[in-house]
Amino acid sequence: MLIKRPSDIKPSEITPEANFLNRRGFIRAASLAGSGLMLGTACSDADDNAPAAALTGDDELVPNSLDDIISYNNFYEFGLDKSDPARYSKDFKPKPWSVTVDGEAEVTGAFDYDDIVGPHTIEERIYRFRCVEAWSMVVPWNGIPMADLLKRFKPTSKAKYVAFETVVRPSEMPGQRRGVLDFPYVEGLTIAEAMNPLTLMVTGVYGIDLPNQNGAPLRLMVPWKYGFKSIKSIVRISFTEDEPPTTWSLAAPAEYGFYANVNPEVDHPRWTQASERVIGSGLFAKRQPTLMFNGYADQVADLYTGLDLRRNF
Amino acid sequence: MVFALCLAPLAILMLRAFMVGELRLGPNPVEDIQDELGIWGIRFLMLTLAVTPFRHLIGQAWPVQFRRMLGLFAFAYVSLHFLNYLVLDKQFDVGVILEDVTERQFITIGFVALLAMIPLAITSTNGWRRRLRHNWVTLHKLVYGIAAAGCWHFFSQVKKDLTEPLIYIAILTVLLVARVIIDGSRTPKRAA
Repeated sequence: MLIKRPSDIKPSEITPEANFLNRRGFIRAASLAGSGLMLGTACSDADDNAPAAALTGDDELVPNSLDDIISYNNFYEFGLDKSDPARYSKDFKPKPWSVTVDGEAEVTGAFDYDDIVGPHTIEERIYRFRCVEAWSMVVPWNGIPMADLLKRFKPTSKAKYVAFETVVRPSEMPGQRRGVLDFPYVEGLTIAEAMNPLTLMVTGVYGIDLPNQNGAPLRLMVPWKYGFKSIKSIVRISFTEDEPPTTWSLAAPAEYGFYANVNPEVDHPRWTQASERVIGSGLFAKRQPTLMFNGYADQVADLYTGLDLRRNF
Repeated sequence: MVFALCLAPLAILMLRAFMVGELRLGPNPVEDIQDELGIWGIRFLMLTLAVTPFRHLIGQAWPVQFRRMLGLFAFAYVSLHFLNYLVLDKQFDVGVILEDVTERQFITIGFVALLAMIPLAITSTNGWRRRLRHNWVTLHKLVYGIAAAGCWHFFSQVKKDLTEPLIYIAILTVLLVARVIIDGSRTPKRAA
């Protein structure tokens, strides 16, 4: 598959060559079979043993190891501990998969996975990921620009928001039998946020199919917002006129809002958001200062001009 | 023997931290250490409070000799829990720590509970018990407030699932009620 390089991602955010090559080492180490999404010809004669670049001061993103990414997850559908999703998602079957598209759009209906993904070229995007719990990772996602996908459904002028819904399958998702949250998990974005070039419909990570614990087979990635906005295992996309409900905001409205933009100046009521702990940085690492919009201010700040980000948290 | 058992959770945590054999901490090791030390602090507090009710339940005096050790281990685990926060999590950033202690309610509660444990730890010796006499008992009744504060500290920081903190609150309630019943059925004693 040809890999396109989206022109609106900063060059510094493309994987440094050394890390791009080294990911094969990660994959081998994790003993996961390559899938049809294996990134293709680009580096076939490259040096696979090039060491991963150290974290430099000038903003080069070094991805977390695949092991970190697939073993430290918040996915309450599979359990509440960070290690639960990896442990309890083995029975989940991400294929066959169907996504229902409805609401204010000309093209609606049920679409299977190949209908959704097939017409697009899978891209690699290395994004910062910031959880509202004040920890972060850097993840080399594979996916398709959400804007390109949504445009196929021809949303009408009444579509001011895009709502997403996660699958409900208690037989394969033990956490859903307990109901700590109200399932199905729902999330939403404004149409402008959904159409932003950064917003991704994720299909894989590190060149492999998305593991169950990361939201197989399709999940959202909105890198300038707290991780709970990036809803996993999507079965429904709805174009709506009104702001859609979002699960964490329903569960604790004083703590989690609709926008949930990463913002070091607006603390969570119970803990600070000014700094974050970088997963995989080890026992003696310092916390890292949190960046406004998770470092994506250049690309998204103008979505929010005039909006009071403290009230619209 | 009991001393070794009390040390076991700390020993296991150290083995995990130093990656001995197959033992590991998770991808967020600082958080793992914080949580383990905290939960054992609460558990040792509960064990300490359970000694007297247990002794009355079985009608034998031998459990009482372990109460001081259990209490001091509670203090040790809670102190280490705070040290982990100070050293590994906040890395001695006094400004941030001050802000946390004054502005985040659950941290204020936790810090106050730790401070209240200090006089109890210091006066845990036989010498102090003799010196303070009946005042010793009054002072050490603080441990109930400390245990309640610990439960509140735990309860307030859980993101959504309150099950575990509620279990400890239930245990504390049972132990408190047991103590009230025990004290109520005793004939008034002379000052110890």
